[in-house]
Amino acid sequence: MKFSNIKYLLLRRVSQIGLLFLYFAGNAWGWSILQGDLSSSSLFGKIPLSDPFAILQIFATGAILGVNVLVGALIITLFYGIIGGRAFCSWVCPVNLVTDAAAWLRRKLYIDKIERKVWISRNIRYYMIVIALIVSAISGLAAFEVVSPITILNRNVVFGIGSGLGLIAAIFLFDLFVVKNGWCGHICPLGGVYSIIGKYSLLRVKHDSEACTLCMKCKDVCPEVQVLHMIGKKSITVNDIECTNCGRCIDVCDDDALEFSIGKYIKNHKESK
Amino acid sequence: MGQKNKKVEISSRRRFFTNIAHNVGLGAMGTLLWAGYTTKAKSSPLTLRPPAALEEDDFLKTCIKCGLCAEACVNRPQNRDKEGNQLPGTLKMAKAEDSVTIGTPFFTPRDVPCFMCDDIPCVPVCPTGALDITKVTNPKTNELDIRMMDMGVAIVDVHSCIAFWGLQCDACYRACPLLDEAIKLEYNRNSRTGKHAFLEPVVNPDVCTGCGLCEKACVTEKPAIFVLPRDVAQGKAGDHYVKGWDKKDQQRVGDRKEQDIKTKNERSSKNPTDYLNSGVEY
Repeated sequence: MKFSNIKYLLLRRVSQIGLLFLYFAGNAWGWSILQGDLSSSSLFGKIPLSDPFAILQIFATGAILGVNVLVGALIITLFYGIIGGRAFCSWVCPVNLVTDAAAWLRRKLYIDKIERKVWISRNIRYYMIVIALIVSAISGLAAFEVVSPITILNRNVVFGIGSGLGLIAAIFLFDLFVVKNGWCGHICPLGGVYSIIGKYSLLRVKHDSEACTLCMKCKDVCPEVQVLHMIGKKSITVNDIECTNCGRCIDVCDDDALEFSIGKYIKNHKESK
Repeated sequence: MGQKNKKVEISSRRRFFTNIAHNVGLGAMGTLLWAGYTTKAKSSPLTLRPPAALEEDDFLKTCIKCGLCAEACVNRPQNRDKEGNQLPGTLKMAKAEDSVTIGTPFFTPRDVPCFMCDDIPCVPVCPTGALDITKVTNPKTNELDIRMMDMGVAIVDVHSCIAFWGLQCDACYRACPLLDEAIKLEYNRNSRTGKHAFLEPVVNPDVCTGCGLCEKACVTEKPAIFVLPRDVAQGKAGDHYVKGWDKKDQQRVGDRKEQDIKTKNERSSKNPTDYLNSGVEY
């Protein structure tokens, strides 16, 4: 296997595991590079970073929040809104490690070819956002934060293993045996939130249909396969908000028909108008 | 027979409304299930929170479950044994198996009590204000004041406390960081022997911060002195009862007048002279 075939995959794993390690070290040895967890952290002991969706839920409960955490949420929102798009899901979120493993095993076991199809809508995540806010308002507790496998897995790494890992195992099995990319691609409301935040972000995957040989390897690996509707048809950027910028399609493409781009997106955007 | 095979025509309007009903129904189902779980997950009445935590209801709303308080607690410089090895922290982040709302900080004094650090490292790091620094800041000096901490209150089970048996033990009294203030020893005559004294530990709930050092120090198999959240451990006399001999106590009730106090029950619906003269009939 060529390095160019796993470049972004490796980079993503380094990013995901590296961040988990920094969080772990922040608790275990008091490293002040990155402390807290994915709900809210402190970078170098100074810069706050907070999960905008958690903040929304806390607002829904009617609580008043400190300035620190609001600044943190603003920083995160601006970062993904201007640059990263939905990159949180594939470059930061630890659950992605689990669901990618499930998707990989699914391909190896040919489960897609064998199993009976269970269809669920990819829009469930957006309904989940609304429901999470309603439930937060009803119950007076940030609703997704008490069931979120993202923070549960994150806290299990940082603060010690607990039985919350059962939920992570359940998500692995769900993705493996029930719905392909079931959690990240259909249900997770945090993914939905970052999709919306990243609507106008700059970092995009660009397709060159001249170079494409229609091998469809990209569609095999893409966790949000509907965003690749232009493959072999049009030379445009992937503008659908559900693209996580994981770069796996770029990795597997042997024809240089896919690449990350920033400027081309702006140009492309102007042309389409 | 013909009727059986007849195909039902589904108009686009019917499809539209059925789809709406379908989505609303599924949404309502999810909301109900989720709200049921969340409401249940909220209920952890016996939980001891970090110092300066808001009232439990507000705390649960505001806490973002980031763990910065727990990290500040475990990584404080003085949290090391003589060899320099790190000791476990007081604050733990609730796991799914703890009977505490998941991801929120709490402590178990019998395992690791709160040592009431002078700089209270767990509080200033809170990004949301769920740990409210003003609750432990003395308004006069504008400095952190460990005496203002309020995590709970220590309760003595006088039946299992061996000091109340007449055995000599003052472990909790000695362990208390507010020595001779939060816990006092009351001397009583031991009439069983006729020549010994009981040295009974008595907690002053107005001073006790609920740090749990007494619970940790207690020598009995299961601690005879233990910390409970204040609203669980303490009763409330209410406004009906005022210590007439204590001028300050009148302030607690304020300027309430007798005619403002309305207790409604079968008896109060009658004039006292009526029911006192006519015997008990409520």
